Amino acid sequence: MGKVIVVTSGKGGVGKTTSTAALGAALAQRNEKVVVVDFDVGLRNLDLVMGAERRVVYDMVNVIQGDAKLPQALIRDKRLETLFLLPASQTRDKDHLTAEGVERIINELKKYFDWIICDSPAGIERGATLAMRHADMAVVVTNPEVSSVRDSDRIIGLLDAKTLKAERGERMEKHLLLTRYDANRAERGDMLKVDDVLEILSIPLIGIIPESMDVLKASNVGAPVTLADARSAPAMAYFDAARRLAGETLPITIPGDKRGFLGKIFGRKAA
Amino acid sequence: MSIFSLFRKKTSAPLARERLQVLLAHERASAGSDLVAVLREEILAVIAKHVQVDADRVQVTMDRDEHVSVLEIEVEIPLPSAMKAA
Repeated sequence: MGKVIVVTSGKGGVGKTTSTAALGAALAQRNEKVVVVDFDVGLRNLDLVMGAERRVVYDMVNVIQGDAKLPQALIRDKRLETLFLLPASQTRDKDHLTAEGVERIINELKKYFDWIICDSPAGIERGATLAMRHADMAVVVTNPEVSSVRDSDRIIGLLDAKTLKAERGERMEKHLLLTRYDANRAERGDMLKVDDVLEILSIPLIGIIPESMDVLKASNVGAPVTLADARSAPAMAYFDAARRLAGETLPITIPGDKRGFLGKIFGRKAA
Repeated sequence: MSIFSLFRKKTSAPLARERLQVLLAHERASAGSDLVAVLREEILAVIAKHVQVDADRVQVTMDRDEHVSVLEIEVEIPLPSAMKAA
């Protein structure tokens, strides 16, 4: 049976879709069968980040309403044989995403895939709670910034209350993915440090993704960053996070602290 | 450390951290508001059976931590009415 992961954050624009695509492609490169599922009905974007926007024929709502079979809606990635996408619907009413329909789809996906990664919409409304409902574990994407940390705290509360796991009295496994981290700015004291965020949210860390141009470049060309440039700093951080998701224990490193010779002479504060 | 640090302006991250800690402590206390409201009402009813209390003087707060949650109940019993009841 596949494992269901929800990638969530509360706040928009912190990197849920980027992270879903990057983690999905990283896990698929380990030869595991992965499906990334877009739950952002009306504002789908995972297809675009994955570079599959022109191949969408059917979407999740079509499957729920019986207009298409699940295999018809799944899009296989052109670069990775084991990576699939289930797109969200673009135009239809949000209410077409029913709790029963989602449950049926997730249960079916669990039979065929090792990983089902659900890309949650922003907010704490129905779309977000539906995306997290069937999760076995959650990746909480957070930027080192006050509003993002606050919204993550709200989402953590929801994960502990509104998921099937929580309702069964089980503990929901939650992991913090800190994105857009700038080690130099944190060192200078003008950005929350990793430890600050960890102390405030008190959930275990699964990775630190550095702020990087490579993320934008990857989305420009329609490839998960772990496929577009596997040697880039954010890609390597996502690969590590994916290995931790799969249960490996790796030491956490703070990436992106690349000060040159001059930077070192003048000290990290001079920049 | 570099010599520039002597002239450095006050940094902003510690303030962000402090503001978040204060805010979230407050928001977490009110997040489980359903449960807290129910508890508050029932606790008040039990106490009111024995002592005369002002409903506004009962405070129920919940504090969430990694391992434990703390439920704090503060009941203020006004002295004059307590005397009357005695």
